[in-house]
Amino acid sequence: MNKIGLIISREYFTRVKKKSFFLTTILVPIVIIGFYIAIIAITVNGSSEKQSIAVIDDSNLFNGNIDSKDKAIDFKFIKNETEVSFVKKYKAQGYNAFLYVPAFDIDSPKNFTLHTQSAPSLSTNSIVEENINKAVVNRRLVSQGIDPKKYEKIASDVTLKNIDDSKRAGSTSSVMAAFIVSFACGILIYMMMIIYGTQVMRGVTEEKTNRIAEVIVSSVKPFQLMMGKIIGIGAVGLTQFMIWIILIFAGQLLLPVIFPDMLQQINGAAAGTGNASKAAEFMQGLSSLPLLKIVLSFLFYFLGGYLTYASLFAAIGSVVSEDQQEAQQLVFPILMPIVLGFVIMTKAVNDPNSSLAVFGSLFPLTSPIVMMGRITYDIPFWQLATSMLLLIGCFLLFTWMTGKIYRTGILMYGKKPSWKEMIRWGFRKQ
Amino acid sequence: MNILELQNLKKFFATQKAVDDISFSIEQGSIFGLLGPNGAGKTTLLRMITGIFYPDSGNIILNGKKFDALNDAFNIGYMPEERGLYKKMKIGEQALYLARLKGMSKADAMASIKKWFVKFEMETWWNKKVEDLSKGMSQKLQFVTTVLHQPKLIILDEPFSGLDPVNANLIKDEIFNLAKSGSTIIFSTHRMEQVEEICDHIVLVNKGKKILDGSVNEVKQDFKENVYQLGAETLPENFDTGIFNVVKHQHDRILLKLNDDTKPNDVLKYFISQNINIKSFNEVLPSLNDIFIKLVEGTTAARQFQKVN
Repeated sequence: MNKIGLIISREYFTRVKKKSFFLTTILVPIVIIGFYIAIIAITVNGSSEKQSIAVIDDSNLFNGNIDSKDKAIDFKFIKNETEVSFVKKYKAQGYNAFLYVPAFDIDSPKNFTLHTQSAPSLSTNSIVEENINKAVVNRRLVSQGIDPKKYEKIASDVTLKNIDDSKRAGSTSSVMAAFIVSFACGILIYMMMIIYGTQVMRGVTEEKTNRIAEVIVSSVKPFQLMMGKIIGIGAVGLTQFMIWIILIFAGQLLLPVIFPDMLQQINGAAAGTGNASKAAEFMQGLSSLPLLKIVLSFLFYFLGGYLTYASLFAAIGSVVSEDQQEAQQLVFPILMPIVLGFVIMTKAVNDPNSSLAVFGSLFPLTSPIVMMGRITYDIPFWQLATSMLLLIGCFLLFTWMTGKIYRTGILMYGKKPSWKEMIRWGFRKQ
Repeated sequence: MNILELQNLKKFFATQKAVDDISFSIEQGSIFGLLGPNGAGKTTLLRMITGIFYPDSGNIILNGKKFDALNDAFNIGYMPEERGLYKKMKIGEQALYLARLKGMSKADAMASIKKWFVKFEMETWWNKKVEDLSKGMSQKLQFVTTVLHQPKLIILDEPFSGLDPVNANLIKDEIFNLAKSGSTIIFSTHRMEQVEEICDHIVLVNKGKKILDGSVNEVKQDFKENVYQLGAETLPENFDTGIFNVVKHQHDRILLKLNDDTKPNDVLKYFISQNINIKSFNEVLPSLNDIFIKLVEGTTAARQFQKVN
C-alpha cells in the first residue's frame, strides 16, 4: 500500500534526520574504539614504566644475576646490608621495591619477602615469583645431580591447537573467536530489541497522547499505522547497524594509517606479554568462521525478534497514557522473556548443545538471542529451520492479536485497561 | 441530494449505549449542526462517520453508496475535538504528510498547502515546529490540514475553541466559503450561538438517541411560546387585561406572553386603545440555547453507566 509507505518513510526520516541519531550512531563506535585504545594505552604505558627492584640475596640463590625476560624490570643486587637496615633506605635510593631472599631450606623454601610502598602489580609479582621458583628448581636440579640445561631440553611446553573437522576438513577455528562472536551477536540482538522496542512504544504513546492518532486513523487503518511505525523504526535499526559495520571496517583500514606508531607499540607490548599470538589466533579464527551464515542469521533473528516484540511494545504503548510509570509496569512482563533469553544465551555460548540452549533457541520469545549465542557452532539444520518457522509464526500471531489491542487502545483515554481486558480485545473478532 | 445518510446506527460499548438507533440525512452543500450535551454520543457518531469505528448495526450511505472507510478517506476531512499534531515535526512537512495520507499526490498537496498558507497568512511557518505555535495558531493549522484535500464532507468537532474572535471569524468565513463551493460541513458543538449563526440544519442527540431534527428556523417555530416584545415611549406599571401576561417589564420595553387564543393584532389593538405610542412590536423566538436546555433538562446531567446486554 502506498499509505503504509508514507508512514514508514515519515517514521524513518524523522528519526534518521535527528541529531541524536547521528550522535549515537557515530559516537557509540567512537566511544567503544576510544575505550579500547585507552585500555591498550594504559597497558602499554603500565608495562613500559621501568621498575627497579633491589635484591638482598642472603642465600645466594641467584648467584648475583637475575635474567629477567621482561625488560621493564631491572634487578639490582645490594651488598653489605640487612633486611632490617635496608627497608628504611630502598625508597630513598630510588627503588620501587625490595626483594629479600633469606637463608632457606631447599626442601621447604619460604619467607621470601617483597617490600613495596604500594601494592605491587600482578605482573611484577608474578615475574618475581617466577624467577624465584626457577632459581629454586635449578638449585634442586643441581643438588639431584641434573644439569639444568639438560632439564630445559626435557621439559615440555605444549599449546593445544583446536581443529574443527565437522564442516570443511582442515578448517581451523579458534574456540575463542567463536565464543566472542557468538556472545557479541547475542548481546547486540538483546540490546537492539530493547532499544528499538522501547522506541516503538514511545512513538505509539506519543501519537496517542498528542491525539494525532485520531486524525491519522481517519485516513488509514490503525493496523497500517502500527505496522508503518514498526517497520520504519526497524529500518532505522538496520541503518544504524549497517553504519556500524561500515565504520568498523573503515576503522580497521584507517587506524594503522593514522596511528602507525601506536600499532607497533601495541604489537610490541602484546609480544612482551604473549598476547600477540592470541590476537593473531583470534583474527585467524574469525576468518575461519562462516561469516555469511552469521550475518544472514543475524539479520533474520534481528528482524524476527524485533518484529515479534515490537508489536507487543506497540500494544503496550497504545494502552498507556502520559503516565510513564504505567508503561513501566506493563513493560515488565515483556522484558522478562528478553532477559531470560539473555541469561540462557550466556549459558549457551559455553555449552551450545545443552538441552537448555536447544530449548531457548527454539522457543520463539528467546530464540533470537539464544540462537545467536549458538550461531558460530554447528547447529543441526532441523533446529535452525524449526526455530525460524516458530519465530515467524509467533510474529504473525502476535501482530494479529496486538493489532486489535492497538486499534482499541489508541482511541481510549482515561483508565488503563487490565491485562484481562487487553487479552479479550486481542481475541475479539472484528 | 443527500451526501450522507445514516440509517439506524448503533454502537454499544461495554458499559454504554453510546449511539442507540440514530438516523438522519444531510443535504449536499449544507452546514449541519450536531448538538448534544457532554457524553451524548456525538464523538462516537462522528467516529463512525469517519470510519474510525465500525457501527454495531445500521448503514452509512455516503454519496449514494455504502460508506467504505478506506476508499472514502479522501472524501472526508475530520478535525477531532482533541487537536492532534506531531509536536516535533516541521509544519510544512506535517501538512504535506497528512495531505498525502489522504491520498493526494505530492504536487497537488504542495499547491493546496501553498494556497491555504497564503490565505491564512501562514507562509513563514513552514520550517517551524508545532511546539513553537500558540494554541490558536495550532488550531488554524489543524483546520488547514483538515480541508487541504478538498473533501466533500468536512467534520469539525468544536472548531472555534481556543480561537480569538478575529481568527474565529476567519475560520467561520472559510466554512461559509467551503459550503458555497459545494462541500458539506458537519459541525459539532455545544456553543449554541455559533450554531444559530452558522448552521442550516441541526440534530440534537442525548443519551445516544436523536431527540430533535430540523432546520434552525423550523425548530425555533416548533418551540416558540407566543412571546412578543413591544417597545413604546412610556409604559404603565400594570396592565388590566386578560389577553396576555407580562414576562419582563422595562420602562420602555415589555416582554409579553400571549394567551393561547390571543392574536398579535389583539395586543396591538389593546395598546392603541390605551393611547400608548408603539415604537416596535415583534415576535421573540426561543434561542437554541433555551431549547437545548429545555430538552436536555430533567435528564441526569452526567451520563450514567448502564448494563448493555
